[in-house]
Amino acid sequence: MQSPILKITGLHKSFGDNEVLKGIDLSVSKGQLVFMIGPSGSGKSTLLRCCNRLENPSAGSILVDDVDITAAGADLNRIRQNIGMVFQHFNLYRHMSVLQNVTLALRKVQKLSKDQANERGLEALKRVGLLEKASAFPDQLSGGQQQRVGIARSLALRPKVVLFDEPTSALDPELVGDVLNVMRELKDDGMTMLVVSHEMGFARAAADHVVFMDVGKIVEQGTPQQIFGAPTHVRTQAFLARMSEHAA
Amino acid sequence: MDLNALVFSFFNLAIAWEYLPDILKGMLVTIELGLVVAITGLIVGMALAVLRALQLKAFNFFIICFADIMRALPPLVVIMMLFFAFPYIQISMSAFTATWLALSLVLAAFVEEICWAGIVSVPKGQSEAARSTGLSWLQSMLYVVLPQAVRLTVAPLTNRVIAITKSTALGSVVGLSEVLNNSQSAMSNSGNATPLMLGAIGCLLIFIPVVLLGRWTETRFRWKQ
Repeated sequence: MQSPILKITGLHKSFGDNEVLKGIDLSVSKGQLVFMIGPSGSGKSTLLRCCNRLENPSAGSILVDDVDITAAGADLNRIRQNIGMVFQHFNLYRHMSVLQNVTLALRKVQKLSKDQANERGLEALKRVGLLEKASAFPDQLSGGQQQRVGIARSLALRPKVVLFDEPTSALDPELVGDVLNVMRELKDDGMTMLVVSHEMGFARAAADHVVFMDVGKIVEQGTPQQIFGAPTHVRTQAFLARMSEHAA
Repeated sequence: MDLNALVFSFFNLAIAWEYLPDILKGMLVTIELGLVVAITGLIVGMALAVLRALQLKAFNFFIICFADIMRALPPLVVIMMLFFAFPYIQISMSAFTATWLALSLVLAAFVEEICWAGIVSVPKGQSEAARSTGLSWLQSMLYVVLPQAVRLTVAPLTNRVIAITKSTALGSVVGLSEVLNNSQSAMSNSGNATPLMLGAIGCLLIFIPVVLLGRWTETRFRWKQ
């Protein structure tokens, strides 16, 4: 196994007295698709948000390609170029066209010329199959299309890791497939992805590694076959039973 | 009904002709003052709102006090203080400067509150998305949050700008030769109300375009659907 591209060690996060993450250790290798599942309030999203410092961890370290992003004086704006983030509610800029959404950071942070930025932006839009929507505005798109633009926005930066925070849970069921297909293609292209999601079917089919979290800790992790086929921990079993009841 | 007397007192062509230059000069002063007040007030108000978004306690206390006091004080009092009281502490200014400063501060206070409300109502996810792609706090403010906040606040902002440019007439209390003051003096000098009618027409000519501009910006800034 290669050295991990994302390495989380002893991560703690508290909001006031409320300890949300209680010592997380997790490694993600290059090209892996890692799925995090668990009940709401288990700290999955907080963990994800710590990985690009939208939340500041209380203790522990996070290495991205051997750079400690939790170090004091870390150049966050540069680090964030390496870590894409895709949000549950897409968070597209409503006042900008799709292409402007995708190229804003290229122009303002990476300081590319307009032509260079547009070229990279269009390339990213092509990857998510939305080249023809480049000049549309977010409000003119369906939820699934908006989320694919959100993915293109983070891809355009050419990140080393992309974090997905419940990317399909705000979508109508018939639109979920489009987004999952894009994620599957990204995996085939070798993108490293850390995903918080309740799409168990997708996790089973596409994930390399599944992590089950509960009350701020990793309870169990392993291949999809292990976690979904033969979960060893009673809390994992209970959670998966609840999820399949819900699905049925 | 005595239409002739009405026309003689209110729409007297000879008197209108005589005082027209005075009224025009007053209109010019009003336009100049309105423009500089609108520009200063909008810039200062927006800057204060952005400062407030930094969430620095000491700053915020100052900004909130400024906004609350300036919104509560009658602009007339501020103008008179600046013009009549400040000379005693060795700060003298012209009637134009005093009116400009007073109205700009009042406008800035309102603009700060309106813009602040706008900034707060832009969903947090917007700035998070911007920050997650590496934009700095200021960049995400400038390119993502403020443009959306402004769209939400165009209507109240234009209303406020119209209201404050109309209060340029308050400058007359410190002898500023703006359109209404000049019309009133002309009315006293001529013993005829025609110059006041001229002044009213002047105000309409100045402010109707401002109102239309406000309407235009409101449609211009609608979301593209």
